[in-house]
Amino acid sequence: MSRAAAPDRTLDKAGRWARRAPLLPALIFTIVMTQLPFAAALVIAFMNWNSYYPDERGFAGLTNFVDIFTDTNARNAVIVTILLTTVVVLVSLALGLGIALLLDRPFRGRSVVRTMMIAPFLVVPIAAALLWKHALFNPEYGLLNGMLTLVFGDDAPQRDWISSNPFLAIAAALIWQWTPFMMLILLAGLQSRPLDVVEAARIDGASPWQIFTNMTLPHLRRYIELAGLLGAIFVVQNFDHVFTITGGGLGTANLPYYIYETFYIGQDYGRASAAGVITVLGSLIVATFALRTVLSIFNEEQR
Amino acid sequence: MTTTAGAPGTTSRRTNILLGGAAWVIGLLFVAPVLWMVLTSFHAETDAAQNPPAFFAPLSTDGYQAFFDAGPWPPLLNSLTASVVSTALCIALALPAAYALSIKPVEKWTDVMFFFLSTKMLPLVAAIMPLYLFASQLQVLDNIWFLTLLYTAMNLPIAVWMLRSFLAEVPVEMLEAAQIDGAGLLRTLTRIVAPVVMPGIAAASLICFIFSWNELLLARVLTSTVAQTAPVFLTGFVTSQGLFLAQVCAASFVVSLPVLIAGFAAQDKLVQGLSLGAVK
Repeated sequence: MSRAAAPDRTLDKAGRWARRAPLLPALIFTIVMTQLPFAAALVIAFMNWNSYYPDERGFAGLTNFVDIFTDTNARNAVIVTILLTTVVVLVSLALGLGIALLLDRPFRGRSVVRTMMIAPFLVVPIAAALLWKHALFNPEYGLLNGMLTLVFGDDAPQRDWISSNPFLAIAAALIWQWTPFMMLILLAGLQSRPLDVVEAARIDGASPWQIFTNMTLPHLRRYIELAGLLGAIFVVQNFDHVFTITGGGLGTANLPYYIYETFYIGQDYGRASAAGVITVLGSLIVATFALRTVLSIFNEEQR
Repeated sequence: MTTTAGAPGTTSRRTNILLGGAAWVIGLLFVAPVLWMVLTSFHAETDAAQNPPAFFAPLSTDGYQAFFDAGPWPPLLNSLTASVVSTALCIALALPAAYALSIKPVEKWTDVMFFFLSTKMLPLVAAIMPLYLFASQLQVLDNIWFLTLLYTAMNLPIAVWMLRSFLAEVPVEMLEAAQIDGAGLLRTLTRIVAPVVMPGIAAASLICFIFSWNELLLARVLTSTVAQTAPVFLTGFVTSQGLFLAQVCAASFVVSLPVLIAGFAAQDKLVQGLSLGAVK
């Protein structure tokens, strides 16, 4: 219809705006709600602004950024964020893939097992963090030490799971929650495999391993990328588990927790904003690569 | 075992049983903490804190009693309000946007999609400080409606992506044919667009609801007493002295219940939603 109006430039322009109109509310809302705060953060990052010292508010230049780069806590937070995201995403992807392969085979009670597998993802994250901290990790009556006593008797080894390995304690609780997520996406990927081709390969004498490496894995690739990317987006921003399990102590504070602490407890708005700006820049660098992958996934999928 | 186009013939019966058994063991391991949470929530505090664990202790509802005595209804209602209203807003904003990105795409629609997803990749925590300052200037700190708007913004990119991927499957030829036949807009929408998009709306709603319900950081910083949500209530609930394991498990279970029910009831929608509509 708009093609008929093409020669008339004003009509064409009107037509283009008519096309854009449905998009505008969502676009404007998103810009106002997400970009304005970031813009404000960018400004505050260059200010000396601590609400404990209101009289000293003013332009600070790069001081906040210099502070962060020389602050061992901040550097540690960057490292923890990268490590935690990498470990959680890779381990839950690998576990999720293995379990998806198991669930792709017919066996008795398959749908029950699938339902059981989803459960961890449906526990509210803060509740899951509390559950791991108090009901599983607690050195006196947690289930983990309880099972050790049950199996090895009264002189069973009893661990203080969180103090002895705080990073792994957080990672384990996160992996438990995110493995079902990975599994669900990969299982859906497996089930969208063209079965007749697999069947033909099998009749031609291909071994299960050959079918897996030459047919299943290439088909799964974009699902693995999608699951990994989405998982990473959420795990990078994790706050609940760090906040609950260690309270950011024992060297486990990640960037979200560091920013929260600097802002909420330290009341140092300038430095918190600078840390936020650095987080955003880091995420943008990763996101530029990641988004390209996602777009290619979706373009392949559709049209 | 069954007549699926799967393994029979190529792998032995024994391998099948073995792999099926392995799946069961892993499934039970993953669900065990959840079952333990539910079981503990129904134990008395002294039985909950036993080592070795007292699996067969008598059941008790003391934990739930303690939880409901602590006044969880206002936070639960706040969470419900924020989740339901933000989900509705998300769909209302995302549906027209998805239309403008698929059926009659604006120029450079991939850039727009890219922009939406990129806002999702910017860590929310970086915006939390300016949001706090805005909120205190506008006097909307501790206001559930401000939080609702933030949740809408938080989930909008997901809703746009999902609904676009569903709308992209609407047969455009049929739309044009309907227009030529003089079918009204309403008729076109209900007959051709709705059947394709309804599952997408359901999946997007489920995901938006779950993510809003789960959110803790924004709620913790931006609310205190009046607009406190259920996750914030949970964090404050644990400070009690003495034995509290049954209470914590009861509280965690109650707060997780809406998500557990919605997720189990709509497992296929969950997959569609989590993959942003890439898997249907």
